[in-house]
Amino acid sequence: MATAMEFFKLLPKTNCKDCGHPTCLAFAMQLANGKASLEDCPHISEESRKTLNESSAPPMRTVRIGTGDRAAVMGGETVLYRHERRFVNPTVYAVTVSDGLSDEEIVSRVGYAASLRFERVGTVFRLDCISVRNDSGDAERFSAAASMAAGSWDSPLILESESPSAMSAALDAVKGRRPLICGAYPGNMDRMMELAKEHGCPLALRGGTLEETASMAARAKAAGIEDMVLDTGAVTLKQCLERQTAARRAAVRKKFRALGYPLMNRVGSGEYAVALASVSTMKYGSLVIFDDLKPYEALPLFTLRNNIYTDPQVPIQVKQGVYPIGSPDSHSPIMFTTNFSLTYFTVRADIEKSKIPVWLQVVNTEGLSVLTAYAAGKFDPEHVAEAFRESGILDKSDSAVIVPGLVARMSGKLEEIIGRRAVVGTNESKNIPKHLREFMSG
Amino acid sequence: MNDIPQVAEKYKGEIAEIVLGKGDYVAGGAKGMPFLSFENPSKRRPMIAGEVVDDLEGYPEMAARMFDGRQNDPVEWAVMWKELGMDAVCVRLLSTDPARRGASPEDAAETVRRIADRTGLPVIVCGCGDRAVDGRTMAAVSGAVKDSRLILAKAEEEDYKTVSAAAMANGHVVLGFSNLDINLAKQMNILLSDFGIDGDSIIMDPLMAPLGMGLDYSYSVNERIRLAALSGDGMLQQPMLCDTTSAWDVGDATSQDDPALGDPVHRATWWEVMSALAAMMSGADILVMRGPAAADMVKVYAAELTEAD
Ligand code: B12
Ligand code: SF4
Repeated sequence: MATAMEFFKLLPKTNCKDCGHPTCLAFAMQLANGKASLEDCPHISEESRKTLNESSAPPMRTVRIGTGDRAAVMGGETVLYRHERRFVNPTVYAVTVSDGLSDEEIVSRVGYAASLRFERVGTVFRLDCISVRNDSGDAERFSAAASMAAGSWDSPLILESESPSAMSAALDAVKGRRPLICGAYPGNMDRMMELAKEHGCPLALRGGTLEETASMAARAKAAGIEDMVLDTGAVTLKQCLERQTAARRAAVRKKFRALGYPLMNRVGSGEYAVALASVSTMKYGSLVIFDDLKPYEALPLFTLRNNIYTDPQVPIQVKQGVYPIGSPDSHSPIMFTTNFSLTYFTVRADIEKSKIPVWLQVVNTEGLSVLTAYAAGKFDPEHVAEAFRESGILDKSDSAVIVPGLVARMSGKLEEIIGRRAVVGTNESKNIPKHLREFMSG
Repeated sequence: MNDIPQVAEKYKGEIAEIVLGKGDYVAGGAKGMPFLSFENPSKRRPMIAGEVVDDLEGYPEMAARMFDGRQNDPVEWAVMWKELGMDAVCVRLLSTDPARRGASPEDAAETVRRIADRTGLPVIVCGCGDRAVDGRTMAAVSGAVKDSRLILAKAEEEDYKTVSAAAMANGHVVLGFSNLDINLAKQMNILLSDFGIDGDSIIMDPLMAPLGMGLDYSYSVNERIRLAALSGDGMLQQPMLCDTTSAWDVGDATSQDDPALGDPVHRATWWEVMSALAAMMSGADILVMRGPAAADMVKVYAAELTEAD
């Protein structure tokens, strides 16, 4: 984004107020804050408008693979550190489907990719993309494999081949899906760019170094390509960290256009691949393509992505209120917890495991965990009792109330206020099923 | 047009260097953000300390099985970490807890002395969490080990004087703990330096929350601490220690109920490795780790990122 002074220099400086602001300078300041639009000044010269549009464009382009709701969205980042502002578009993960596989193997491979899906903290962690790769070297086989994979996968697709003719055949086979064309290297770049334009698809560019990648991007941009994803050619952890940091700083701090695109890595499979993916997820990678990814690698990696891309200022919360689990009746146990979504969903999942119907009261703690909320004075007996009163939960069941084990100290006071027996539950929610069974029989 | 702009930052501050053990280990010294050779010429790999507990009650079975029985003797266990190539040992003296064995400060100090002697490595010493007991333990430990610079853990806002005094008495290092907050971290360093501890004897522990359990907070708190230190805040220029052993307490890391989550041992290992990578990317100078496979992976990655070793 340009500064107020940069905008001001290019405005007519007549202070005519037609933009609705008292002076050109005031208007420039609003522009710099993103609160006004260039269109509001009717007097600005065509030349200045062009320059300004260029410099008021976001530092990194947002690029989509696929179409509609399920499109994979990458880039659009504006900061270096997540405490400055939330990172917006989480790293996209893809696994490879080789066209060297048989038809049945392709279908089962796509099925496996779809199975990398975990419901966690109220959101679904899933694999975003599959990447069909032209290992056979044969255009016809590649296009058949792409069409078969596309048929059993409704999410975004990547097509990987260095051969423009194979790419062209596969693009015809998956028309309308807007796959990522992966990709262009210096040797095939011109023809790949033509394909990207002809099919309206995003294009991946891979250089051997950061410099080469940037000059390829500049060339593509000059040729009219807008949607690009850049592979800086990093193959080690250190290259990945350093090149991607340099690219992000150049784009965000120096407004260096040629690196203002989402970054990607192709990482292979196994230990080192997962380590690379982790570094890339933390340090500015927007797309990681794996040869393979195991469930025990996927769950921690998806969790890492979730952690890095949450808003550091706002914990994810659920609403205060009563959440019936199963079909609780007038004797079912009453449990309560905080409204921090991680806490709520963990507890909820463990209650469900017990198969015992429960009334779960969620208390608004402004999104803090049990102990954090307790330490902050937002989860004391008074707050809890107030939430009970508001929801009328005590009229729904005559059962005792089960207190989270970590705040056992509040049980006496709570009993006193609500006039109902308070039983101390387990510290950890994973032991809830066992405790609930004992509670029901005891 | 295609010349990439210069992106190295020029910083005013740098991280203190803390000499540990027999003088052959140094933590800290960073002059830029982690592992960026173009702005951080210090090229010092973060140290990795293997965790040892002297009472196994409550210690996860899955992790214990990885030590082939040597976990039954804290000294043997520490030696195993040395054999694995780690840089330090972190011993938790849980046996001193009155609710456990209630071992005497002298017995605990003897354990630390033997670990320091047998391994030759720097030792990070943690108490059992009972303040009164820990005060006595740290005093005994401090006096029992005079030829190796220990890190005594931990000084907290409400209680830092005993452990600080114990450390100062014999030239050991204090670990200043704070709770996931840059201002609290700074406050802790101020308290310790006002108490008379020099900058070459303080390491800070800003509480590394593991993957899936607050890592999002820690990652940013660490980054903010490191950036503030580099831009010249003298009260945040102490090296950071991040303990990732709590990765093993996260349900998703070790859960064995759902086969769709994949092998739990590998999963727990990755859980700790990713927590440690996040710690390193955000500025950790010392890691405390539980899993031997995880520690080994992290050491290799750290060396590669640093281009040292
Ligand atoms: C991340 C974190 C934070 C984050 C907030 C995260 C959040 N949204 O809550 C931040 C950085 C904001 C934070 C701040 C503070 N924190 Co804090 N924080 C943590 C940390 C690292 C993890 C908490 C967490 O996410 N737990 C995961 C959730 C799922 O756990 P949970 O809610 O307890 O739920 C589990 C169980 O309680 C149980 N359960 C839950 N509900 C129920 C219900 C029933 C019926 C049953 C049976 C069981 C059950 O199931 C769940 C899974 O097992 C912990 C340390 C730790 N490792 O636990 C410290 C910790 C909780 N924080 C602590 C403190 C002191 C604070 C602060 C006061 C310090 C400060 N910096 O000023 C502030 C207060 C916040 C405020 N606004 O003023 C202390 C609490 C000390 C105490 N014993 O009271 C802790 C324990 C750290 C420590 N060791 O000192 N914190
Ligand atoms: S309309 Fe244009 S020329 Fe008139 S005051 Fe606004 S910015 Fe200045």
